[in-house]
Amino acid sequence: MRGVFDIVGPIMIGPSSSHTAGAARLGLMAGKILGEPVAKAEILLHGSFARTYRGHGTDKALIGGLLGFSPEDERIRDALEIARERGLDYSFAPIDLGDAHPNTAVFVMTGVNGRQITVGGASIGGGNIEVRSIDTFQIALTGQYPSLIVVHRDKPGVIREISDVLAKHHVNIAFMRVFRRNRGQQAMMIIETDEELTEDIIQDCRSTGVIENAFAVPAI
Amino acid sequence: MVNFNSIKELIELAKERNTSIGKITMEYEQEHSFDSEEHMLKSMQNNWRVMQESIERGINNKDKSLSGLTGGDAIKIYNHRDESYTGKTVMTAAASAVGVSEVNAVMGRIVACPTAGSCGIVPAAIRTAAEKNHNSEEEILDALFTAAGIGLVIEANASIAGAYGGCQAECGTAAGMAAAAMVQLGGGTPDQVGHAVALAIKNLLGLACDPVAGLVEVPCVKRNGFVAVHSMVAADMALAGVESVIPVDEVIDAMDRIGRSLPRTVKETAEGGLALTATGKAISKRVFG
Ligand code: SF4
Repeated sequence: MRGVFDIVGPIMIGPSSSHTAGAARLGLMAGKILGEPVAKAEILLHGSFARTYRGHGTDKALIGGLLGFSPEDERIRDALEIARERGLDYSFAPIDLGDAHPNTAVFVMTGVNGRQITVGGASIGGGNIEVRSIDTFQIALTGQYPSLIVVHRDKPGVIREISDVLAKHHVNIAFMRVFRRNRGQQAMMIIETDEELTEDIIQDCRSTGVIENAFAVPAI
Repeated sequence: MVNFNSIKELIELAKERNTSIGKITMEYEQEHSFDSEEHMLKSMQNNWRVMQESIERGINNKDKSLSGLTGGDAIKIYNHRDESYTGKTVMTAAASAVGVSEVNAVMGRIVACPTAGSCGIVPAAIRTAAEKNHNSEEEILDALFTAAGIGLVIEANASIAGAYGGCQAECGTAAGMAAAAMVQLGGGTPDQVGHAVALAIKNLLGLACDPVAGLVEVPCVKRNGFVAVHSMVAADMALAGVESVIPVDEVIDAMDRIGRSLPRTVKETAEGGLALTATGKAISKRVFG
């Protein structure tokens, strides 16, 4: 069974939990994964998102999320104007992703400091979301927990080094998964934790020397 | 550990411990989410605050939705209260529920209960009951937890999503939750709560989800007003001692079976019913091209 506050709740900006609240959360999560304010975003919409985004305000919700607005923030209604004021260069285009979830959006983003990343995800109902891709990795991330994302080579010992860092900082691992394309190639490790991940934890992960990059995504 | 898989079990637990269904639901939530009682009460208080704000905004709302299809009706209903056939209380409830639903349609802030499409029903019903009975906030929060307990069981044993069960799953569930809350606020017994839920849902079984252009507006916004009133009648009947012949859990089971057998054209696809009327199609064309 789900919880009481999934039944009486969530507090959200209407009109639709999947097309508005979930879309806002998806944008928020994409922005958090980018990790810096968004300068440019091309948003590709698939399925029902592509067909009906205007009537449900899905475009406003996605952009509102990218601006850091929560699904209950009333500024979502004016998100497109606010984005233009803040110089966020955005565009929408349809995309056919085959049998992907009907409410899927892909964010091709560039941050104000030049960071580039592509994040894809779906609004899976009731305002809940799942991030399903980061760049070319197929992953699964819900945003319900603080998450540590590590890009590394697929080889023995890496996972242990990282979990040692977390143990040293008294961070408890709730869930952990490793996604790789092929054996021995680049891999992405996603660790969802019970505690917030501070900058010094990320630095300690980087200074293990066994990874390519690490970054934290807070729970949303 | 409290656990319940049916409304009957929920009622039995409440009777055994001489407490309300809301208190049992809180205990359940506490054990499953590791949330503190204090924090849960705070969250629910916050929900109630937003619900009340959405009612206030709703009965004064003149904004139109993005599609232009809805907005401005709640205020008309509200202003008609004194000349109405149904009377001031009923019309205020209808206006409140339509108003909250309008707030949802104009991208305002609401509490999904259980869904965004059905968000006006429970707040309107609770506000109506609380005003009549002069209930305390503590009692209102207990009624909201009571409603949540009913919704949890329905979600587990049937569905609360229009896409799975048609509108009976959304507005039908909301009607059951609202009726339960009103019986609770009126000082009814756990058994009466159960009968109110059964009566409310029974009379919305089979309701299609056929929103025009796929938007949560037509028939949804005005339906919230109708269903709020419907839940009041169910609560009144239960408080008067009327019992449902079919036990509430069997009603929920019937709702589940009907939901499964409804054609997909009337399960939020906008491919049937009102969505396919000449006007419905024209609106869809205008909004989406
Ligand atoms: S008709 Fe469909 S979209 Fe509208 S309230 Fe009912 S279930 Fe929700």
